[in-house]
Amino acid sequence: MLLVRCPWCGDRDEAEFRYGGQADVDYPADPHQLDDAAWGEYLFVRANPAGSFDERWVHTAGCRRWFSLVRDTATNEMRPDIPRRREGR
Amino acid sequence: MTSPSNPNRVNASVRAGRIDRTRTLNATVDGRPVHGRPGDTLASAMLAQGDIEVAPSIQLGRPRGVLSADCTEPNALVQLLDGACPEPMLPTTEIELREGLRAETLSGVGWLSQQRDTAGYDKKFVHTDVVVVGAGPSGIAASLAAARGGARVILVDQHRELGGMLLDGRADIAGHPATEWIGRAARELAENEQVRVLTRSAALGYYDHNYLLVAESRTDHMAVPPPSTSRQRLWHVRAKQVVLATGAHERPVVFADNDRPGVMLASAVRSYLNRYAVLPGREAVVFTTSDSAYSTALDLLGAGARVPAIVDTRPEPSARLVEQVRAAGAHVVTSAAVVATTGQHRISGVRVRGLDDDGSLTGWSSEFSCDLLAVSGGWNPAVQLFAQCGGAVRWDPVVAGFVPRTTGGRSAKVVGSARGTYDLAGCLAQGFAAGAEAATLSGFRTAPPPVPQVDGDRQGSRPRPVWLVPDESRPPERCTEHFVDLQRDATVADMYRATETGMRSVQHVKRYTTISTGLDQGKGSGVNAVGVLAEILAANSPGEVGTTTFRPPYTPVPLALFAGRTRGELYDPVRTTPMHHLHVEAGAVFEDVGQWKRARYYPRGAEDMHAAVLRECAAARTGVAVQDVSTLGRIEIVGPDAPVFLDRIYTNGFAKLAVGKARYGMMCGADGMVLDDGVSMRLAEDRYLMSTTTGGAAKVLDWLEEWLQTEWPDLDVYCTSVTEQWAAVAVVGPDSRTVVGRLAPDLDVSADSFGFMRFHETSLTGGIPARISRVSFSGELAFEVNVPRWYGEALWEATMTAGSDLGITPYGTETMHVLRAEKGFVIVGQDTDGTVTPVDLGMDWAVSKQKDFIGKRSLSRPDLVREDRKQLVGLLPTDTTTLLPEGSHLVEPDVSRQPPVPMLGHVTSSYHSAALERTFALGLISRGQQRFGDVVCVPVDGRDVEVEITSPVFYDPEGVRRDGPAQG
Amino acid sequence: MTVPHKVETDTAAAEVATALRHGPLEHRAAEFERRSASGARGVRLREEPFLTQLDLRTSPGSSSAASVADALGLPLPAANRVSGDEHDAVLWLGPDESLIVAPDGRAESLLRTVRTAQQGGSGSVVDVSANRTTLRLSGPMAREVLEKLCSLDLHPRAFGPGDCAQTLLGRVVVVLWQLDHEPGYRIMVRCSFAEYLADLLLDAMAEFLDG
Repeated sequence: MLLVRCPWCGDRDEAEFRYGGQADVDYPADPHQLDDAAWGEYLFVRANPAGSFDERWVHTAGCRRWFSLVRDTATNEMRPDIPRRREGR
Repeated sequence: MTSPSNPNRVNASVRAGRIDRTRTLNATVDGRPVHGRPGDTLASAMLAQGDIEVAPSIQLGRPRGVLSADCTEPNALVQLLDGACPEPMLPTTEIELREGLRAETLSGVGWLSQQRDTAGYDKKFVHTDVVVVGAGPSGIAASLAAARGGARVILVDQHRELGGMLLDGRADIAGHPATEWIGRAARELAENEQVRVLTRSAALGYYDHNYLLVAESRTDHMAVPPPSTSRQRLWHVRAKQVVLATGAHERPVVFADNDRPGVMLASAVRSYLNRYAVLPGREAVVFTTSDSAYSTALDLLGAGARVPAIVDTRPEPSARLVEQVRAAGAHVVTSAAVVATTGQHRISGVRVRGLDDDGSLTGWSSEFSCDLLAVSGGWNPAVQLFAQCGGAVRWDPVVAGFVPRTTGGRSAKVVGSARGTYDLAGCLAQGFAAGAEAATLSGFRTAPPPVPQVDGDRQGSRPRPVWLVPDESRPPERCTEHFVDLQRDATVADMYRATETGMRSVQHVKRYTTISTGLDQGKGSGVNAVGVLAEILAANSPGEVGTTTFRPPYTPVPLALFAGRTRGELYDPVRTTPMHHLHVEAGAVFEDVGQWKRARYYPRGAEDMHAAVLRECAAARTGVAVQDVSTLGRIEIVGPDAPVFLDRIYTNGFAKLAVGKARYGMMCGADGMVLDDGVSMRLAEDRYLMSTTTGGAAKVLDWLEEWLQTEWPDLDVYCTSVTEQWAAVAVVGPDSRTVVGRLAPDLDVSADSFGFMRFHETSLTGGIPARISRVSFSGELAFEVNVPRWYGEALWEATMTAGSDLGITPYGTETMHVLRAEKGFVIVGQDTDGTVTPVDLGMDWAVSKQKDFIGKRSLSRPDLVREDRKQLVGLLPTDTTTLLPEGSHLVEPDVSRQPPVPMLGHVTSSYHSAALERTFALGLISRGQQRFGDVVCVPVDGRDVEVEITSPVFYDPEGVRRDGPAQG
Repeated sequence: MTVPHKVETDTAAAEVATALRHGPLEHRAAEFERRSASGARGVRLREEPFLTQLDLRTSPGSSSAASVADALGLPLPAANRVSGDEHDAVLWLGPDESLIVAPDGRAESLLRTVRTAQQGGSGSVVDVSANRTTLRLSGPMAREVLEKLCSLDLHPRAFGPGDCAQTLLGRVVVVLWQLDHEPGYRIMVRCSFAEYLADLLLDAMAEFLDG
């Protein structure tokens, strides 16, 4: 049982969260400007590193906020992500 | 010196032991009585009366005896017979004796009871600053230091009292017997309310982020357990800091006939003598590779046993120890090994040969008679928990064992013999230091207490492990009586066979030979197997071979413990609507929809589902019927940007929906696949009430929040789940207008005033506030009446009363499915499966051409515009009585049935229809929308059923029934 | 242009209707009493139905948040905290979400108060009074009972009176609110889960019935 730090509620068991995959995969500003290959890339292609990984979680059983953190996929050590783009609400 | 029934029990004047001699406990093993004392284990009680032999071995049927005094025991296994459920494979060395205990001995394998385990199991979640595993000297010291610093401490130990191996020995601490120090420490810890001491508790697993599972045995030691106390409790411990003081296990030695009853670990002999006041033999040869067994020899001599020889593999054992044992009357044979044992059901003698520097036998030999052979192949630090959480180990030649190499987990500190420190002063010093550091790191700054003066075992000269004592006559590959794993009857010859097949990895050899796959998971045999493999492969050290992987659980536990209370009724949440008990009273048969209990149908008299559903359907199509639809998900969406937001979420438009109106909406994932659907109402310019499928409510809310929070934080919109703010009924059928008119006397329900897809707020009779909408999932005239949830029961009763003279009929999910399928309305998750687009469903009408929405870009992906995509169609079996099984494949009639048969699609929904007076189905089939009229086949139970492909709308395709009968 | 919110305005009718309401655990009140225990190792369970509950969304630090707090007469709570007392309280649910709790029957007036205060600013307020019912678990062993179901750290050093959390009891999402040192807790749970949760709690309480 991982211990996930919700930036709002604090440390909670993994069971309170849902995993949201790779962080910072931006929804394209205008999807219709993308050709099929680029759109397919957005839909289906994600990184899968052995090591440091920016990923999203949502605190479904708590405050329902989405947030990102950095997890080492080899050790499960986690640290807070520094928001790259914009603050969550 | 002994009592008659317990010939091996030592007088209290010689050894008090940790037993209560004032009371006797009576147990039965294999039908024979065993008498012991409180404080005994089943093993010590049996040894006290001279029973060293246990059941024969698993494969070879060889006589076996008790080897150990701990959880590494390979031979003395029993099945408990007197518990709530006969439990297999428990080592007698770990069973506390209790009055009335009944057991039978096992030859390495137990039996699974067919009985339901009625004992209680539960769990508990606790947090702590410091958890200390193991209450030997190091663990006690760590706990004391951390607790004195003010930290919250949990101390975990497998046994009933603290002390660990101190209780097996005779050390002094601060000038007094160690038991006094233990007693003081136990009191200090018990009095500190920030400390929790869990005895009879095994740390099973050490997981990421300092999470430990601890199995506490709560009632097994009691003759009569309290009624509501769980038998075992699984503690989920989350710690800031972890101190592992898990101790070490002594390993046996691999030599010919090393499995004879009476061959016992030297530490176990000492434990039985000092802890249990049991002398397992009168004439004991000691065979050792290191210093620790000298203490066993001294204790045996002190208790009146004879020690004919101490056989030491080393050329120069510690002179101090040699002198001590000589003074006590024992003779040390150096550079030697036991090479053979004699005796049938108990050892009667050993032959000893000299060992060269390279480990081969020298010319001389010598024989000693004995009834006990105390062996010590050295010690294995108990690194299992440490390794479970990612800690790596290395071979330490000085310690002659695998010791922790790195820090495991986030912060585990390994202390004492678990890291190869075997002298008491060192253990205490490490424990104090680790405890103080753990407290300090968790916010309670403190310094380690001073280490008291100790007089006990000291580290002397280095051990000389001998992994494989040569056989006197056979080459090693034929050493079929050199046992490496007694529980598995696996020998050195077996290991040779493994390497001769080409295996080199210890992991492969383990699986081939089954060594270390027994109850103890290699705690006894594992390192010896590594040592033997190193010899076979001519490796430089066991470190080159490495260990197998250590996995939880550390000791076996019943699966029932993991289930805990989540069995039977409490297995999974059961969600009910406020009208649930009324459905129960009405005789409803329920089905699970997610966690919800929904009425499936309401049989009358002897009706089966088929008959009940035909009747319910007929009522909905010709009269009036009512369903509890409180389970639908509801989300209130508020804010000035709510219209924009819904336009992006739904495939169809909602921004232009007028206040007071409702609209069916469909939502897709970014990949264009259908995600959920439902009707949303516009309550105000800036306020919508979205409904979702029963199963999709939580998923949809997460989905909405994901987009709002991560992609469109600029939108001023808030979503609030109100699923359970409301209870609701669907009133369906030509007579529904009459019923709703009676329910809501203030409301004009005429077709002119209350149009389709409109809603009104009103009060029901009795003043119940309600929101009533005209939506239909059946094609009939229908209303949905919503009230605050606490009025749900009143609503149902009022509706039944209002429709009683019209024969209002409650209907369940099965009828709802039939009614909607007759109209070709899909159910997300039944007719879709995450690979279906709105276009595949023929719902292009709900896909906006003007605005963008999530998933729109995907709908033009080449794969989604393929002409051969599977599309929703109706399916009519040629034989009107054949019901197609849902999930059946659809195939061309004329293709060969030699696999692989091309699959065209499958049946998604299939029912009997009262209105159509026949069976029908919906399905997804390649190019379906171009194939109306074609006949395809559905293989059912080996025969082909012909079906015609049709439009999915079977009933009232013109939609004339939606507004009900003309009013007059 | 909005549809008149008859739910909020027709107070006279609503009062008449009050008698028709049922809390989801009303029929189990006697059982709760029977399966509760007092004394040094006691723990008690009862339902407190019909509490007024409003889900409040505000932008933290905004002027509309400030005016809502003014109108309520209670500061909006800090993270994981409750402001007010067990009668009138605001519970923190998330960075922009709070739960206003008040005695039965206050929903309409509070909705008006908050909506007025939010006028012109961002935010929302939604009546969720019937969405959850409230269980009150109290007595010296109350924490012991919760620790069988909840993975949160409920030790007094970590969780005390005035603290609240949205979390899981077993597999049920709840709002957990500690009221006092006894300890007493309120557990606010969605109505459909109430029976199951009560079963879980009563099961966990059973060992303290033996005394």
